[in-house]
Amino acid sequence: MQEVRVEMIAIVDYGMGNVGSILNMLGKVGVRATVTANPEELASASAIILPGVGTFDAGMERLERLDLKKVLDHQALVARKPILGICLGMQLLTRRSDEGQKTGLGWIDAETLSLRGRSGIERLKVPQMGWNQIKRETPHPLFLGLDDARYYFVHSYYVQCDHSADVIASADYGGSFAASIGRDNIVGTQFHPEKSHKFGLQLMRNFAEWTSHVQSPRDSLSAA
Amino acid sequence: MYRARAIPCLLLRRGGLVKTVRFGQPTYVGDPINAVRIYNEREVDELVVLDIAATAEGREPAFSQLAELSTECFMPLAYGGGIRTLEHMERLFTLGVEKIILNTVAIEDPSVVRRAANTYGCQSVMVSLDVKKTWLGESRIVTRSGMHDTKMNPVEVAKRMEQAGAGELLLTSIDRDGTMKGYDLDLIRRVTEAVSIPVVACGGAGSLSDFGLAINQAGAAAAAAGSLFVFHGRHRAVLISYPSQDELLAALKPQSKAA
Repeated sequence: MQEVRVEMIAIVDYGMGNVGSILNMLGKVGVRATVTANPEELASASAIILPGVGTFDAGMERLERLDLKKVLDHQALVARKPILGICLGMQLLTRRSDEGQKTGLGWIDAETLSLRGRSGIERLKVPQMGWNQIKRETPHPLFLGLDDARYYFVHSYYVQCDHSADVIASADYGGSFAASIGRDNIVGTQFHPEKSHKFGLQLMRNFAEWTSHVQSPRDSLSAA
Repeated sequence: MYRARAIPCLLLRRGGLVKTVRFGQPTYVGDPINAVRIYNEREVDELVVLDIAATAEGREPAFSQLAELSTECFMPLAYGGGIRTLEHMERLFTLGVEKIILNTVAIEDPSVVRRAANTYGCQSVMVSLDVKKTWLGESRIVTRSGMHDTKMNPVEVAKRMEQAGAGELLLTSIDRDGTMKGYDLDLIRRVTEAVSIPVVACGGAGSLSDFGLAINQAGAAAAAAGSLFVFHGRHRAVLISYPSQDELLAALKPQSKAA
C-alpha cells in the first residue's frame, strides 16, 4: 500500500469514545498519528481528528474541562489546519444540538437535530445503526474515488446545514440527511470511516492526502 | 439506502474458533485471525466474537489475542466473554473493540450495565441474553454459557437491561444454536415488542431467508449466525463465507425507501 506523507495527525483524546480503531486504520494507511489531550501537541499537529461517541453536552464539557477549546478554535479558524470530525465529532462542529443545552464549536453554519422528530422516520429504528449508501453532493477531495460508497452509521441526531454547499455527501434514512459536511479546512462525517472497510480506508487516505495539500495554498496566502 | 445488518458470530475457546450445537459439542473450525481476515475481505457488516470459556474458567478476556483480531477488523467488532469490570471494558475499547457484550455479569448485577453505559455510551454496550426452554416449553434466561438457569423470564430481563442502559440486545436461542432450523421467531417477536432498543437475533439461522423472517416479521434490527457463515453443505465442511451485497439486499429488504 502506498504511504501517504503527512507530518502528524493528532486524534483528540477527550474521553469520548474509542480511538483504537481510528489509530488502527491510520496505521493501515501508513499515516503517523498520535492520541493526545495535550494542547501543545494539538497546536503542533499538521491535522486534527475529532472523534466522538456519546452526548453533545458531555463532549463540549470535556473539551472545556480539558481546556482544549481555545487551541482547537485557533487551529480551525486561524491556523486553518485540516480538521475531521467523526460522528459526535461532526455534530460538535455545529452551533447547537437538540440533544443538549451547550453551545457547539460552531465552525460550520449548521445545527444538530433529533432524528426522532423527523417526519418519515416513524417506521424506522432510532438510532440508525448499520450500513448506508452515500450520495456525493458537493465535490470534495475527501470522497475522491468514493461514488456509491457504503458507510457504517450509529446516530440518533443529524446535522442540518444552513448552506447546502456545505453538505458534501448525503444518505437516506426516512429522508435525506447530511452524511458528510465541510467548509474550507473543516470536514465531518456522520458515519464511522474507521469501521467502514475499504470505503473508510480510502476516505482516511484521502484525508491524509488532502491534509498535505490543503495547507500550502493558505500558507502562501498568509505569507503574501 | 439503509440495510439491516447480517452478523457472523464467532466463538472462541482456548484460542481457537469453534462452533457449538445447543451450546455443546464444540467443533474446531479454525484459526480466529484467519477467519477475521476472510470476513474483512468479504466486507461483513459487523462481527461478534464471544469467548465461550472465559467466564466458565474464571478468566479475563484474552487481551493480546483480541488486540491482534481488532487490528485486522475494519468493521464494527463486538466482543463478549469474561468482561467483569470497567477496566476490562476500557482495555477493550482502547484495542479498537467497538462494542462490549455483557452476559452473566449484567444479569447478576445490572448496575454494571448502567456504569458501562454512563461511561462509554449506550451504543457501545450490548447485553447478550441466552434463552433456553424448559421441558414445559417455558423460556428462561440462562447464564454461565448456558450452565446456570436463572429462572427469569426473557422479556422481563430484556426490559430491565434496556432500563439499565443497554444499547442493544443479542438474543440467542440455545435450543436453536447450531441446528440451522430457523430462528425462534416467537421469542424474537416477544422481546422486540417489549423493548425499543435494537435486538440482534441469534441461534438457528439456516439460510438467508431466515434473516428476512427475523428482521421483517419478528422485528429484529439485525440477524446473527454462526453455522451459516462457517459451514458448507450437508456434511458441515468448514468454509468461512459471507453473502454478497446483492444477496443481502435481496434477502433483507431495505427498511427505508431510496429517495
